[in-house]
Parts: sequence; structure tokens; C-alpha cells
Amino acid sequence: MTNSDKAARLSLANFWVAFIFFAVAALLGVYQVAARAGYLSGMLDTPEMYFASVSTHGVLMGFVLTTFFVMGFGYYTATTSLKQALWNKGLAWFGFWLAVVGVLMAAAPLLTGNASVLYTFYPPLRAHPAFYIGAVLLVVGSWIWCLQMIMMTMTWKKKNPGEAIPLVQFGNTCNAIMWLWTSLGVAAEALFQLIPWSLGLIETIDVGLARTLFSWTLHAIVYFWLFPAYIAMYTLLPKEAGGKLFSDEMGRIAFVMLLVISVPIGFHHLFMDPFQAAGWKFLHMTGTFAVMLPTLFTGFTVIASLEIAGRLRGGKGLFGWIGALDRKNPLVLAGLLAIILLAFGGFGGAINASYHMNSMVHNTQWVTGHFHLIFGGTTIIMYMGALYVLWPKMTGKEFASPGMVISQIWLWFIGMLVLTLPWHVIGMLGQPRRISSTPYDTPLVEAWGPHEAAMVVGGVILLVSALMLILNMMRSGAAVTQPEVEYAEPIHPVMNVPKLLNSFAFWNFIILIYLIASYGYPIAQFFIMDTYGTIPWEI
Amino acid sequence: MHVDATEKKWVYISIIMAFFMAGLLAFYAIGSNIHPPSNVETINSERLHVEGEFMEDNLGVKKKPDGSVEVRMVAARYGFYPQEVKIPAETPVKFRIASLDVLHGFHVPYTNLATMVVPGYVSEVNTEFPSAKLGDHPMLCNEYCGLGHDHMWSKITIVAKGE
Repeated sequence: MTNSDKAARLSLANFWVAFIFFAVAALLGVYQVAARAGYLSGMLDTPEMYFASVSTHGVLMGFVLTTFFVMGFGYYTATTSLKQALWNKGLAWFGFWLAVVGVLMAAAPLLTGNASVLYTFYPPLRAHPAFYIGAVLLVVGSWIWCLQMIMMTMTWKKKNPGEAIPLVQFGNTCNAIMWLWTSLGVAAEALFQLIPWSLGLIETIDVGLARTLFSWTLHAIVYFWLFPAYIAMYTLLPKEAGGKLFSDEMGRIAFVMLLVISVPIGFHHLFMDPFQAAGWKFLHMTGTFAVMLPTLFTGFTVIASLEIAGRLRGGKGLFGWIGALDRKNPLVLAGLLAIILLAFGGFGGAINASYHMNSMVHNTQWVTGHFHLIFGGTTIIMYMGALYVLWPKMTGKEFASPGMVISQIWLWFIGMLVLTLPWHVIGMLGQPRRISSTPYDTPLVEAWGPHEAAMVVGGVILLVSALMLILNMMRSGAAVTQPEVEYAEPIHPVMNVPKLLNSFAFWNFIILIYLIASYGYPIAQFFIMDTYGTIPWEI
Repeated sequence: MHVDATEKKWVYISIIMAFFMAGLLAFYAIGSNIHPPSNVETINSERLHVEGEFMEDNLGVKKKPDGSVEVRMVAARYGFYPQEVKIPAETPVKFRIASLDVLHGFHVPYTNLATMVVPGYVSEVNTEFPSAKLGDHPMLCNEYCGLGHDHMWSKITIVAKGE
């Protein structure tokens, strides 16, 4: 395959956009921890500045870095695993530019303080319409990626009847289908509520309905972000570690479970909201515990795969294989650290998902600490590991300094722990999230001080690490000796995969039923009962 | 299709763990009757101050004939009204709170007294403070409500029962 068939330039473009905005967002992050700790003064110490920054940081990390990384990762792994060119390259580039235009359009009001409504929108606070329209363009750009993934898989299946779709592309396709379902919620909120309301075409907005629609998207979006991390764990990591994938089938089961379960469980973000009844919240909570399963399965398979590699490298005894793993390989290191961060983060997540225990931590800094640990930690460190495997294949050049690649990953891990562990603690000590300063007259404030100081240190370490990542991408060394991506082989070659683990129609049907069951009435109720809309408010 | 025997065991263990956790939460929810605030009740936030339950005279702490206490409050940028309330310990308390403008939320740290306050809806929280909580507690707005959000907080005081 030529580089052009692999869509290398398109993937490079997506990765550049993803990581440049990532570095910008890391800089904003340092500003925010310093501002909240009270270390800044003058113009920097104003809520205008802080909330413009925190809104931009959230949009860049949550929507821009992730969407562009998912697209770049998907395009390159689809072409190289299926050995097939993109379905429609012109359209794929159009999607990329559409998303870029969307980001720039949203950036203007964000940076000028006209969209300081945070990345979760929060009506009835109103942002400039360009913010909502830009966000929609980004999502439409990502839909074009979804279409490419689905069409490529379908074309491949027609050419290879009865054969198992390569696991990496099976995962990409699950993610694409899941994201199409997931993004419907926020798309409906934006198109029918936020945009016409911010333009003055409709006077009021039903905040309960808006929040319910947003919750449709809000949880599964994290699995949209997480998917490439898991795909890399199954299909790239075992090979890089020098071993084999323990179970190809378990990967398929985990991907299908994520596809089916992750959308209809969004109410654990609404536990504390008054407009949904307790029974629905309870139903969504049980689904939330079910979505732990694909992660638990993945943990087992990935660790088992690493154990195979460690033993092949001469590791002995119950834990000796861990020491035998090649920690100078960026993806192996990233994978090991990701598992540690995932274990910490998973415990926190189970608490947040708990129907009534949630009230002790809801909207405290505990929650922000949790998602920085599990998203900024597990997911992003795997993005870095995958980038370090794929980037040299795309550019044809090795990294100038392999040592700096490894130290960059270590710094990210250390910075993330220094940032998020105290962050969890101040949450337990009662500090609310989404504040720019702590002007409260209570002894609690003094208890928060030392933890806020530690968080500034963590933020600075993370910024250094982010800048090193950009440097690594910029500085190339010798030509690569192996230009092809090598995917992990399973120990047991996939001879005959069940039809259900090689196709999607049945699962789409199940998702539809599950969604109607879990969201049907909770959305319909806003059209049944007498509700009162809310006018727009400026920040 | 091939599934390893050890892997199969792990699948069973995982499923049991998930069921156990969800079951434990269900047990406490139903057994102790603890539920998140979920009363699904609409209200016209624009007319909050001119008619009905949340007019100024109706706000504050009211003793009910059954010995329990009802606290009615309004959340509005940037404060909770009334700004100070006294609540007896060891007494069932029902908070009813509505927003005059945008989204708010509140939490009294170290307690389960927390809810979102959403314009157009009434929030209702039921709780009870043990004697160990006697004294002043901050009630902090924990949902971004605008540039003055940091300054939105008030005080609740837990007093001994009968005081």
C-alpha cells in the first residue's frame, strides 16, 4: 500500500490539530489551577478571564483533541488493517475542514468571553450563537468520519464474505455507530433548542428537556473518547510488547457491550436533578454498573496479553513478568501506566455512579478530579502511546530522541497523579467545582490551601509534558526501517467468529429498544406535563 | 469461538461484582428509603416572587404538625434566600427550593443535603441532621450560574432539638 492509500496525510493533519489544541488547553489548565489557588492578581484574577479559560479548556480537551484524534486514528488504522483505501477521500478531507471551521467559529466567542457557559452549555445561560453553530459543525465533521468507517467495513465485508473483520476495524466501526447514536441527543438540543433560542427565534427554553437531551450524549461521549484507547490496548499493545493478544473474541464482546450499553445510562449525570423521577434514575444506575463489565473484561485480556509478552521475554514467577516488560517501548509504558490510572479512576467512578452516595460528591471537586484522572490519565496517555507507534509510520521518520518520548510519558503520569489525587481530596473536603476563587467564610477554606498548591505543581508538570509531546512530533530522526503498522495476532487465530460478533444490524436494533425503554418516557414527559420555559440570561 | 477457562471465570466474577454493587445500593436505597431529589414538579420561575409558595413571606423554616420541619428557599443570582436558616437536629427536614433565574445547585459539605436547582422546576430534598452536626455550616452554590458564582453561598445553623 502507498502512503496515499493509507490516508497518512489526512491522519497527520488530524493528529496535528488534536495535539496543538491539546497543548493550548494544557496551558489554560495551569492558569486555572493557579487562579483558583489565589496566586494571581490583576486582570488574570477575574471571573471573566477564569470562566472564558475554563470554557475553552473544556471544549479543546473534551471536543477538539478527542474528535480529531479519534478521526486520525480511525482513518489510519482502517486503511492499514483492511488494506483498502478510504471509501471517499475527498469527503473525508471535507469533514476534516468542516470540523476545523467549526472549531475556529466556536473559538472566536470563547476567547472573547462571549461563550463562557462551559463546555456543557448550561442553558439558560446564553452564549453567542456562533459557539453552538461551531460545535454542531465539529459534530457534523465527525459524522462524516463515522460514515467512512461504516462504508469501509461494509465494502470489505462484501469483498471478504464470511471472514472476521479485523479487530481494530471492528472496534472503529462500533465506535462510529455508537457515536452516531450518542451525538443525536446534543444535536437535538442544539438544533431545536439552543440555536433558535440564542438567535431569538424562540423565546424560552425548557431547561429540564435540554439537560435530559444533553445527558443522552454526556456519558457515552466518554466512551467515544475511550474507544481508540481500548482498541490500541487490544490490537497494538500486545505486538509492541512482543507477545500475542490473549483473546480476540473478548475484544469483540467488549466493543459490542460498549456500543450497546453506554448510551442509555446518561441519568447518572442527572441524579441530583429534580425533573426526572427516582425510578428512571435507578434504572440508569443499573445500566451504569453493567458498563463496568467491558472495562473489567478488557483489563483481564490486556493484562493477560502483557503477561504472555513478559514471559516470552524471560520473566519468571507470579509477578516477574511485569519487570521483564520493555518499558522503553512508549506504548508498553503508556499501557502499564494507563492500567494503574484506570484502576484508581474506576473506584471513583463507581462512587459517582451510586444512586444516593453520589449526593455526597455531586458537583464537588471530587468529580473534576475523577474525570481528569480517568480521561486525562488513562485515555490521553493511551492516545500518546498510540501516537508514538503510528506517527513514525505516517511520517516515515523515527523520533529524534526516543529518551524524550519515554520521559514525556512518565512526566504525564506523574503530573496527572500530583494533580488529581489532591483534587479528589479537596472534593471530599467539600469544595464545589466550577468556581474561580474561594471567598467563603468557613474553616474549610484553610484545609483546601495545601491541596490547591499541589495541584499547581501537577499542572506545571503536565504542561511541560504536553510541550515535550509537541517537540517530539516536530523533531524527526532517521528513516524508519519498518513502515507498516503491525497489529497483534491472537493466540488462537479467529477461525469462525459468530455472526453477531461480526455484524451490527442486530445490535442497532437492541440499542433502539434499550434507548426507547430508558429515554422514551423521560423525554416524552416534557411534552405531556405543563412546563415553563426560561428566557435567556447573560453570564 | 474460543474463550479460555480462566477468562470465563473472570467473566463470572465480573458479573457477580457488578450485581453485588448495584444490589448493595438498591438494598440501602429501598431499606433506608434514601433517594436522590426526584419530585418532578414544575413551576413558573418568572412569577416566583409575585405568587404562590415561594413569595417572600412564605420563605424560611416552618414547623409541621407531625413534628417535622419544612424549609422553603429561593435560589437567585447570587444568594440563597433566606440567607440564614436555623434547623433543629434529630428532626426530619424537607427542603423545597426553586430558582428565580438560571441553574443553581447547593451542597452542605459532609452531608447529603444537596440538589440541583433548575429554573422551571421545584427541587425537594429530605434529610435529617444528627446532633453531631450542631453548629454553622456553609451552603455552597455548586453549579456555575454566572460570573458571580463564587460569591453565592449562605449559612445554615443546626440547633439542638427543641431550641
